[in-house]
Amino acid sequence: MTSFLQNLVNAMQWGSFYALIALGYSMVYGVLMLFNFAHGDIFMVGAYIGFFVSSGLIALSALGSLVLPSWLILSITILLAMFLTSFVGMLLERVGYRPLRSAPRASAAITGLMIGIILETGNLALLGAQRYKFPALIESTTYNLGGVFITNKKILIVFVSLLLMFALHQFVQRTKWGMAMRAMAYDYIVVPLMGVPINTIALLTFALGSALAAAAGILFGIAYPVLDPYMGILYGWKAFVAAILGGRGSIIGAALAGFLLGFIEIFVAAFISSTLRDLIAYSIILLILTFRPHGFFGEAYSARLRL
Amino acid sequence: MEESITKPSTSRSTWVNRWQLFWGSFSGVPILGWLIGILGAVALEQLFGSAFAQLLGLSKVPVLFGFVIMLGHPRLIPGTLIYLLVIYALPIGIITQVGKSLTNKLAGYLLKFHLGISALVHIGLLFLVLHLWADISDYRDLVLRLTLIAIILTLSLNIVNGYLGEFSCSHPGFMALGAYAASVLTVLLFVEDKVFGSPLLAPNIGPFLFPIVLILAGLIAAIGALLVAIPSFRTRGDYLAIISLAFLFIVKSLIENLEIFGGSRGFMNQPNWANLSTVFVWTMLCIWTINNFVTSTMGKALNAVRDEETAANAMSVNTRRTKIIGFMFAAFWAGIAGGLFAHVMRYVNPGTFGIQKLAEVLAMVYFGGLNSVVGSIVGAVGFNLLSEALRPLELYKWIIIPLLLILVMLYRPSGLISFREFNIANLLKPKSTSDEEVEHVVTSD
Repeated sequence: MTSFLQNLVNAMQWGSFYALIALGYSMVYGVLMLFNFAHGDIFMVGAYIGFFVSSGLIALSALGSLVLPSWLILSITILLAMFLTSFVGMLLERVGYRPLRSAPRASAAITGLMIGIILETGNLALLGAQRYKFPALIESTTYNLGGVFITNKKILIVFVSLLLMFALHQFVQRTKWGMAMRAMAYDYIVVPLMGVPINTIALLTFALGSALAAAAGILFGIAYPVLDPYMGILYGWKAFVAAILGGRGSIIGAALAGFLLGFIEIFVAAFISSTLRDLIAYSIILLILTFRPHGFFGEAYSARLRL
Repeated sequence: MEESITKPSTSRSTWVNRWQLFWGSFSGVPILGWLIGILGAVALEQLFGSAFAQLLGLSKVPVLFGFVIMLGHPRLIPGTLIYLLVIYALPIGIITQVGKSLTNKLAGYLLKFHLGISALVHIGLLFLVLHLWADISDYRDLVLRLTLIAIILTLSLNIVNGYLGEFSCSHPGFMALGAYAASVLTVLLFVEDKVFGSPLLAPNIGPFLFPIVLILAGLIAAIGALLVAIPSFRTRGDYLAIISLAFLFIVKSLIENLEIFGGSRGFMNQPNWANLSTVFVWTMLCIWTINNFVTSTMGKALNAVRDEETAANAMSVNTRRTKIIGFMFAAFWAGIAGGLFAHVMRYVNPGTFGIQKLAEVLAMVYFGGLNSVVGSIVGAVGFNLLSEALRPLELYKWIIIPLLLILVMLYRPSGLISFREFNIANLLKPKSTSDEEVEHVVTSD
């Protein structure tokens, strides 16, 4: 029982990363019907931006010119990195996707894939092959709750992720901009005719998705401090599968599917075999998609609308 | 109008005119003429290439048209350019010009005699050219074989992504299935191996049964495709992209867990049967079969399903069956490409068939052009040559190639040569612009 609970805690943390990344995929797919294959690399860029912001703040504190408590450094790092990364996302939309708005969707997907490769290689060319270690922003403390070990990092990661997801949900459901996004997801052709500015909404969607990916990157850096230019590939593609599993454009669906993927992976690794992790996880996903082809919360729709 | 043509032109436009005149004299050269010209150049390189290269101060023959030398050592650029001029450009130019009327006549007679024979003669010449060219160095041979395999792979993915209009991510998975199936079969049947023991059949009959092994590998990949196709084609939409991606991860993970095939360490000891002629024959077979497939009723049905599924259904096309057959056919060829790849490298590991491979294959398909056999060939050859030629740039290669592809996508969203039919008779016909006699020969029927 304790090992089950222990793995549940680990799975919550692992699923948070997938859920946060999947949200970005899901929003872009929902609003623009586009596979944004560069999103995994935005996650990587976010982690690196977080690394530079936090290192800079720590260096300032060490110099004594600007002494900040560690919780403040952490909050500033997350917020500033989210803000900066959202510009990377908007740049991606402006340069890579907007010129291809009327082209076949697959062409845009290829452009995204290539921009992802450029981001990875550009990172490697700029920063070199050495791996950066994400600075320890919070002191690690471990609580023992009846045999289950919970670190304060895990609590922080899960809490911040859930908070961001809740904020995003509120934004999409309660604000005018969120309503415009939902309307675009509902009908891509007619809604722009009603005066909804499609380019602004597209930028907003990319900004929000990239900000969440940056948060995921920093939280990932806190949990697993070694940064690598290719870290985005694997998590990105897995989160992509989770996003689709959640259903097109469904925020709750993407979050749930992200957590589900995390749970399956952690539990398979813990109780069966870590080498069988991918095999079992994706077989389960394949089965779910066979019986629920539109994902958990997706509605039947026609992809022909935009081809 | 009249005035502008007769007006004495400025110095710039005389150059343009001269260039047009120069180039115009080449436009009358048929494919046969080009092939014979290149054959001459390659034969010249075979005979005097290394001696001439040493004379110019190059350590060895420029392997890939000198790109690698020129990018790596700028000091050697003049020598390399002279080499290219003397060994390639001049002989090709002279032979094509001198033999223009002869090759035009010959091409006309061949075409009149029989289209198949004409095609075979051309393919034979092409093989001779490639064989002599690749004979110079092992590196050329390897690059050429991998490029030919890339052509098979790109063509087969083009059936799904181009002709059928779906987005498949599982091609590396089918390739892996084919590669492992073929490797296991050949090693089990014909090779003395630590894991599989002594060969079950006599090793010397192996090369003759190799085609059957490859076909079996293709069939296994096609069965894998059926597993993807059944759930994904039940509904319309983007499900193929996701399900095929999940399938790719499953195949990779499955192979990593099969310890008998070496797990993630890989599988080796494949016999060296995929030499240039084998790969060449399979590539030609693939181009021929796929070209016939996409121009058949089935291929038209694929296009109909892509363009308007409801209308295709109303016009009595069984859309689900069409999609499944197209997808399985593509996977069959991907499996064969995988089998050949395994026997070229003589080592496979599951890491080869991952996301990177997927990005590479997709790049080749979209670079060359959707819905076009020629486009796929151009895409595969162009991408592979570019990727080898830019090798000295190391890391920056992976910035330049994606940038090029993005430019292609921005200016030609469906690829360089998309939606072009491949007409073999048109390609092989004599191109006489002045020679009335040849014109007569061809049109006299």
